[in-house]
Amino acid sequence: MANVLVFAETRNGGPRKVALEAVTAARQLADASGGGEVHVLLAGAPGIGAKAEQLGRYGADIVYVVESADFAQFAREALASTLADRVKAGSYRAVVLGFSAQGRDLGPRVAARIDAPIASDITDFTVSGDTITVKHPAYANKVIMSLTLAGSPVVLSVRPSAFTAAEAPRAARVETVPASPASGATVKVTEVKEGAKGRPDLGEAAIIVSGGRGLKAAENFKLVEDLADAFGNAAVGATRAVTDDGWRPHSDQIGQTGRQVNPQLYIAVGISGAIQHLAGMRSSKTIVAINKDKEAPIFKVADYGIVGDAAEIVPALTAAVREARKGH
Amino acid sequence: MKIAVCIKRTPDSESRFRIAASGAAIDETGLKFDIDDFAGYAVEAAFQINEKAGGGETVIYALGPDNVQETLRKAMSMGADRAVHLKADSVSLDGIAVAKALAAELKTGSYDLILFGKHAFDTSAGVVGTATAELLGLPCVTAASQLSVTDGKGTARRELENAAEMVEFPLPAVVTIDEGVARPRYPSLKGIMAAKKKPLESKPAQLGPVRVTVARAELPPERPAGRILGEGAAAVPELVRLLQTEAKVL
Repeated sequence: MANVLVFAETRNGGPRKVALEAVTAARQLADASGGGEVHVLLAGAPGIGAKAEQLGRYGADIVYVVESADFAQFAREALASTLADRVKAGSYRAVVLGFSAQGRDLGPRVAARIDAPIASDITDFTVSGDTITVKHPAYANKVIMSLTLAGSPVVLSVRPSAFTAAEAPRAARVETVPASPASGATVKVTEVKEGAKGRPDLGEAAIIVSGGRGLKAAENFKLVEDLADAFGNAAVGATRAVTDDGWRPHSDQIGQTGRQVNPQLYIAVGISGAIQHLAGMRSSKTIVAINKDKEAPIFKVADYGIVGDAAEIVPALTAAVREARKGH
Repeated sequence: MKIAVCIKRTPDSESRFRIAASGAAIDETGLKFDIDDFAGYAVEAAFQINEKAGGGETVIYALGPDNVQETLRKAMSMGADRAVHLKADSVSLDGIAVAKALAAELKTGSYDLILFGKHAFDTSAGVVGTATAELLGLPCVTAASQLSVTDGKGTARRELENAAEMVEFPLPAVVTIDEGVARPRYPSLKGIMAAKKKPLESKPAQLGPVRVTVARAELPPERPAGRILGEGAAAVPELVRLLQTEAKVL
């Protein structure tokens, strides 16, 4: 029996997509380790407990609900204490988090507190007897490392969208547990600036439309926005050149030093395909490139390419996508 | 202020990588190594904080074999005052083991601020900085894209998924640095000469037990060759057809 504990990250009063993916990964890990239970820590502002049942649908056996007004914001030290105390209270084989902004922050904190080995940003794992081996894309996705973790428990953070959240319904038992206080000095959140409304996050979007310098001017990003709108629920990304020039916010940058994404469909508009950019998107399932230079490296990774002027092609594609999606 | 910056020596990210004969590492032949990009931003951030404060000391730490001394000299040629080399045969993939070695060294340094890159290009894991802060019992801000420090207090901005978080924190603290904080300066000729005389202390790293090891390293599968469907808007109907029938995303 090897139980697995999941940290279910929340936002806007509910678990994030990456939290459900983490539950699915934990379910697979528990099943592969001789049929243990999946326990989920659901921490948030008062009222978050109402979402516990949703986690049971994805395979949680027990949901530990921690409600605290402090958790309305990212109270990193108290969350790390609460999670570490929960690990110590059980007998866990692994702790699973999402490799999101929160998970990147909390994973190492918890690993240090419980003195456990940690593997970040994993895309797959195998269990063989007492050994867990994970796949981790390193060198900005250019080298895939298989890492073996010795000891128990281990801390694993899963790359967003690497695991597909799958329903595996359980009648999850819900237990309310108290938050553990932070020890020592803490980081205080003074403000959260919300980004563009109405679009999914780059890490969660199934479809991403991205623009580069080939768009020639910031205002031409309207073409990219319109195409994203035509798909219904697509995110908008950009290259480093474009965010450096201030055409788009830094948070939109996809690439080695920005966000690493792997959507179902990635449409690169006016992007030449510098290594810096390819490192952030080459694992996308289907890649479409629109670029005026037929020698551009982006065409080497693109499944489908169209050579020509974005100002002519993108509006035509937007209209065609709208037509194809009529009735949605 | 007294600032420590922990840096890592990593290969040029634009390199084409090959797998070593061992099958569990990259082949380092012919690769160019330098201060990791994010660690470089952290070094520059330390200089700017101390310049603004009108003085202070910047001490650089790196763990690894003797070749990291070259990287430490580079940071001193940019302007750091001195450097500490924690000697180890290789840099373990076990971030907790590395953090233990750094924390053991940093705990007696009485630093006001300890900076790291948010992660290093090679392992892309982002464990060491945050874990070191935990082991030292210091507050830690991860992935700061803006940072300012005045009067024993810091403020920072962090990029989240489709949002940004503004935070404040007391010193001493650990901050891991994202792109956006500062572009590193180039060493001047005078700086390069001066760096040769700056103190570089070398001592064995007190690594914790190593529990994460590389079983295999491999290159990702090549994407199958794509197709250029045509030129201009005339190719759009064929693209839409393929997105519907072949890629099935529409």
